[in-house]
Amino acid sequence: MEVLQLILNGLMSGTILAVPAIGLTAIFAVLRFTNFALASHMTIGAFAGFVANVTLAWPIVPSLLAAFVVAGLVGVATDEVILKPFRAAGFITTAIGSIALTIALENCVRFIFGNQLRGYDLPIRRDWVIGGGLRVGPQQVENLVIAVIAMALLFAFLSFTRTGKAMRAVADNPMLASIKGINADMVARLVSFVAMGLAGLGGMLIGLDTTIDPLIGFKTILSIFAAAVVGGLGSLPGAVVGALVVGVGEELSLLFLSPAYRSAIGFLAILLVLTLRPRGILGARAY
Amino acid sequence: MEHYLVAIGVTAGIYALMALGMNVIWGMAGLINLGLVGFFAVGAYVSGLLTLKLGFPIIVGMAAGSLAAAVFGVLVALVTVRLRGDYLAIVTLGFAETLRIVMSNELWIANGTDGLSGIPGPFRGALGPHLFNLFYLGIVVAAVIVLFFLVDRLAHAPFGRVLRAIRDDEQIAQVAGKNVVLFKVKAFGFGTAALGLAGALYGHFTSYIAPDLFAPLLTLYVKLSLLTGGLGNSKGAVLGAVLVVFFLESTRFIVPLIPSLSAVQGAALRELLISVALLVILRFYARGLVPERIQHPPLPIVAAAPATARS
Repeated sequence: MEVLQLILNGLMSGTILAVPAIGLTAIFAVLRFTNFALASHMTIGAFAGFVANVTLAWPIVPSLLAAFVVAGLVGVATDEVILKPFRAAGFITTAIGSIALTIALENCVRFIFGNQLRGYDLPIRRDWVIGGGLRVGPQQVENLVIAVIAMALLFAFLSFTRTGKAMRAVADNPMLASIKGINADMVARLVSFVAMGLAGLGGMLIGLDTTIDPLIGFKTILSIFAAAVVGGLGSLPGAVVGALVVGVGEELSLLFLSPAYRSAIGFLAILLVLTLRPRGILGARAY
Repeated sequence: MEHYLVAIGVTAGIYALMALGMNVIWGMAGLINLGLVGFFAVGAYVSGLLTLKLGFPIIVGMAAGSLAAAVFGVLVALVTVRLRGDYLAIVTLGFAETLRIVMSNELWIANGTDGLSGIPGPFRGALGPHLFNLFYLGIVVAAVIVLFFLVDRLAHAPFGRVLRAIRDDEQIAQVAGKNVVLFKVKAFGFGTAALGLAGALYGHFTSYIAPDLFAPLLTLYVKLSLLTGGLGNSKGAVLGAVLVVFFLESTRFIVPLIPSLSAVQGAALRELLISVALLVILRFYARGLVPERIQHPPLPIVAAAPATARS
């Protein structure tokens, strides 16, 4: 019974983890680098949502939208001004640049909001008991639905719109895409916006479940990397599968480890996958 | 004041050791290590625990700390070395974070977040605090000098030339019959050994280590040192470390001068300044104060790409 409850919790937390993991893997697929600045964009999203929800007293759903838009805009701006020139200089420069960027942005948030834990303005509700004594929180179910809707919208956008198809074309073969007249710069900006927006959305969704502080992004980044690597870096469906695997794995680890080790499980998963199957569950190839 | 300057000197020396180690990993072999603070922590913990709990002599502790960091370095490198550098970046970062989680939660190893205190320093009791600091500065400077010549020797030896070849074009090195994987793993092991030694020296100087001291920010400091001085050469690494420690310490004095800042804001501003400094140097001065010199005249290159920021 306890195992079933843990698997259920894991599937729910995994679905939320999938949102920023898709962002990370999308940037890798199109721009070909691991953007460590994802952590600070999760923090920015979580705090943008906090301002909307608590300071401006907006309801949760519009606040989540605010989290998406603010993080997305910061993502485009920082990528354009800071990370884009680094990409030309090679991946070590880009990786270190994105780490420095994430610490800079995180400290901007810390400068304004301080270090204390904050919570969103949420109604207090009783857990629902579903079949066989399993429990779920209404807020968790809402978060789950929102995460699923966001991902469904993204996949629909990539499959059915012209812009979405252009993004996939660049990810698949940048040279061919440019021959076909696809503007790579525009696609890069769009990817930065959507991916960092998803990071912001994910940051707020995680915050809705617990509390937020400037480190919220950095504390979850290992699980997100794990999700992307386990699923296969660069594969969007892979990020979802990887996130569910990591989510369930983290919850099941509670059977024999203290909760403090949750993100260490992500690290173990990375090591395991890289040793046994570097391209991940659904990845086309290891880079 | 003199006390303080000596302490800064020791810190600068420890940063210089780390910068020299990273110079082999990053500057010469072109490998990334975002979790350098993890290897630093391994050195500090292993040496601290061996001397404090098992009563080994300090020199044995330091050697063991350095060796342990190298073992972890080799393992981390082995998992990712055949893949794109991004995986090494993720794994090294994950290693440092996971180590911090383990050391915070496993109270039986080293008291968890309370940390390990009372780590012995060489002749600390006999010399008194003042002389001890000076004596320790001597030890650290000696270590920097030895490592400096070692790395410099390495850079001019065939080993260093192969590393630079791998950094600049891995496939050509492979075609030339070099075992690229082995060279990368060796370089990573050598570099992490230096990081471990720096960690051990740190622990025996401050006599106290705790998981919180090994935060990712330290990784940025060392990258900043290396970049400021100039990637790929040992003089630059040492010079950069001294300058960065100077810069870090001066922000400690300047930031409190700004009125109406809370303590948290002051700390945030310092970290912001440091990360922005790194971004600016990385973007505009990536060759550093002492650019790497190529010892042999390069072959005439027909279509030479402008050698601006190399990674």
